[in-house]
Amino acid sequence: MGAMQILFLLAAAAVLGAAILVVTSRNLVHAALWLIVALFGVAVVYVLLNAGFFAIVQVVIYIGAIAILFIFAVMLTRQIGGKDGGSQNHSTWWVAALLSLLLMVGIVWILSTWQGFATELPALANEKELISELGKSLVSTYLLPFELASVLLVAALIGAIYVSWEKSR
Amino acid sequence: MLNDYLPLMILFGLALALAAMVVALGHLFGPRRPTDRKSQPYESGMKPIGPGQRRMSVRFYLIAVLFILFDIEVVFFLPWAVVFRDLKIVGFIEMTVFILVLLVGFIYAWKKGALEWE
Repeated sequence: MGAMQILFLLAAAAVLGAAILVVTSRNLVHAALWLIVALFGVAVVYVLLNAGFFAIVQVVIYIGAIAILFIFAVMLTRQIGGKDGGSQNHSTWWVAALLSLLLMVGIVWILSTWQGFATELPALANEKELISELGKSLVSTYLLPFELASVLLVAALIGAIYVSWEKSR
Repeated sequence: MLNDYLPLMILFGLALALAAMVVALGHLFGPRRPTDRKSQPYESGMKPIGPGQRRMSVRFYLIAVLFILFDIEVVFFLPWAVVFRDLKIVGFIEMTVFILVLLVGFIYAWKKGALEWE
């Protein structure tokens, strides 16, 4: 077992453990903090996939911004948790469990026919080349989606101001 | 390839070790004689007003959303900046269009007063 496999197993175990704690924590702030651990584990998996840029994006956007937004959103709610003592389970939890099981069986079934597990890892390109390729394709091949992304960001900005600002005044 | 990330891993290891050491040393050697005054959230500071788990103002939410949006904008800059010299003027104009669209949103937020706290 190589160093990469050990690192992957450690990161995957950390993601799974943290994800279980996210859904079982009674205190919503604790759940949000465990979510940060899970997201960080995913960033490590990105690194192992030679996707360094996505690892940075994962840390900067998901941990640095979205997790903070989660914590703010939790603090906007009246019941942060830990005190009501009620059941955490929805009454139709078995439907969700059944659907998740079916989904997992489907994923395992599809993956079992995939040949990639038996083959060697192909040689990966240098990451500096990868990021310059990304930069070049952003302003050539994917120019339209790139410019549309800014329109999407402006729409999100105006929407956020509209829902949270207009009524608070 | 993993060797590229070795400095980062050493940094994480050092940061974890330092944090653990600071907490552990305080626990080991620090005297513990708590009084009511010392157990306050801000010792020698302001007296707490109300419970710690109260609802926050919705303004924090807006600030967080604005931060995410401009954060994503910066993420788009990174791959572009790496090849900025190769792209010449065309890449510059394309990025200018990208920023100008976002500037519209920025001016809207500014005019609405969303950047003011009062």
